[in-house]
Amino acid sequence: MIGFLLDPWGDPILVRAFAEVALLAVAGGVLGSWIVVYGLSYGAESLAHGLLPGLVLAALIGAPLLLGAAAGLVAATAGVALAARAPGVSRDTGVAVAVTSLFGLGVLLALSASSPPGLRELLFGDVLGLTTGDLMLAGGLVAALTGALALLHPRLLAVGFDRSAASALGVSPLLADGALLVALSLAILVCVQGLGNLLAVALLVGPAAGARLLASRMATMIALAVGLGVAGGVAGLYLSFHLDTAAGASIAGAVVVVYAAAAAVSTVKHHERTATRGLE
Amino acid sequence: MSRQDRGDAPLALAEGLAAGYGGTLVISGVRFAVGRGERVGVLGPNGGGKTTLFRVLLGELGASAGRVQTAVAVASLPQTERSRLDFPVSALDVALMGTLALLPWWRRPGRQERRRAHEALDAVGLDEEARAPFGELSGGQRQRVLIARALVQDAELLLLDEPFSGLDAASAERLEGLLACLADERRGMMIATHDLEQARGWDRVLCLNRAQVAFGPPAEVLTRPTIERTYGAELVEVAPESGATALAILPPHHHPRDHHHDHDHDAP
Repeated sequence: MIGFLLDPWGDPILVRAFAEVALLAVAGGVLGSWIVVYGLSYGAESLAHGLLPGLVLAALIGAPLLLGAAAGLVAATAGVALAARAPGVSRDTGVAVAVTSLFGLGVLLALSASSPPGLRELLFGDVLGLTTGDLMLAGGLVAALTGALALLHPRLLAVGFDRSAASALGVSPLLADGALLVALSLAILVCVQGLGNLLAVALLVGPAAGARLLASRMATMIALAVGLGVAGGVAGLYLSFHLDTAAGASIAGAVVVVYAAAAAVSTVKHHERTATRGLE
Repeated sequence: MSRQDRGDAPLALAEGLAAGYGGTLVISGVRFAVGRGERVGVLGPNGGGKTTLFRVLLGELGASAGRVQTAVAVASLPQTERSRLDFPVSALDVALMGTLALLPWWRRPGRQERRRAHEALDAVGLDEEARAPFGELSGGQRQRVLIARALVQDAELLLLDEPFSGLDAASAERLEGLLACLADERRGMMIATHDLEQARGWDRVLCLNRAQVAFGPPAEVLTRPTIERTYGAELVEVAPESGATALAILPPHHHPRDHHHDHDHDAP
């Protein structure tokens, strides 16, 4: 049993993977909580998928992936914003068309003859292939992200709770949305490297959605989401190490299990509460 | 009764005001003044423009014509039933939001702000519920938390969107008492409501059905012809327990044609 737990730690690759997963869980938990209460989960997924062409292009011309992801994000944001305004179609439809087109373009580029890295790594990331430099960069981004969101916490809370009254309170809903969008882009940048752009959304939305079911205050929800994310991420890595499954996919799978556990606990709590109320 | 005739400037003033979305006017010809210590009932059918008027007063929506002036801090107290109830905030969190108006953007509410929020919750009789999740409070308690937020914000004009809807008699009475206290503190209130009898107890009534129908003291304004013009011909007579005849408004229509009017809340 002890061997089961300790074995992965002998391998520096896995130690770095654990550190990366912890960082991703912090970014995912803090930002994901806001994404979930603002109802932006779909938008987050759209951005994460829509940036693929940028990633692939960077791989093709040999530029840093982070740079490609950033360029891809800008393009995806512009595409999504434009598509959402398209007349005659619903917002969701417009966004879906834009994202699918961008994703398809990315795949097309990746399948071109001169594609060296292969599509798989871009879609699913490579949490086991990180250098110490990658980790430091991710650490810096996560620190900036967490600090900015902590600073903005009261204002994000006011806008999310009551958009119509926010401007009367001196908080601009537009600025709150903009700040979240920038933070989201940063978080996706961090997550894509470790988990790829298909699975990044799992750590961003899964733990926060689980925490939402259990917490009645935002600060509690954020702390819980970070905890659930770390639990899911670490469990996924162990799974991957012992069963020899793909790391990113194992983490995403574990996060889903963690969410299901949170949902189960919430259901039990809810039943207990209604039962006590019934007795009063 | 504290009144405008003390010579104070009005808390809100509209003259020939028109406003709407994307070239379509929702309200027009609106002309009224809210003095210190006045409660103004805002009557009208759903889609009659109450929400649009409030948005203009909050400065979220520009006037298409005419002029509107609000010289003081304005607080918005929206309906709480529609959503937000599962938003993870406590009563204290909501009251604390009122401090944001007074803080520079990088400052988080500190100890002093928390004390003010507690005092405001105490003033509305809810300090014991400070830690309770907002969504688990009763409808009347939620309205009182929003009033506490307006107090923390030190708003002098409060815009209340149907604060009495869904309240039981005891909660409604308590809220009415609280609004009277706010009037004594010389704060002004505009209260959207469908309850004509309640509005008769306030200082002024504004009748709004896309265009302004009337504005003035309830005794002058709340006549049968005016009410019928405000709501269309949806009036019935009912006999309350006192035996006197009262007017009541039939529930709003839900014809598809009217439907888009019902949603000016959602308009961009």
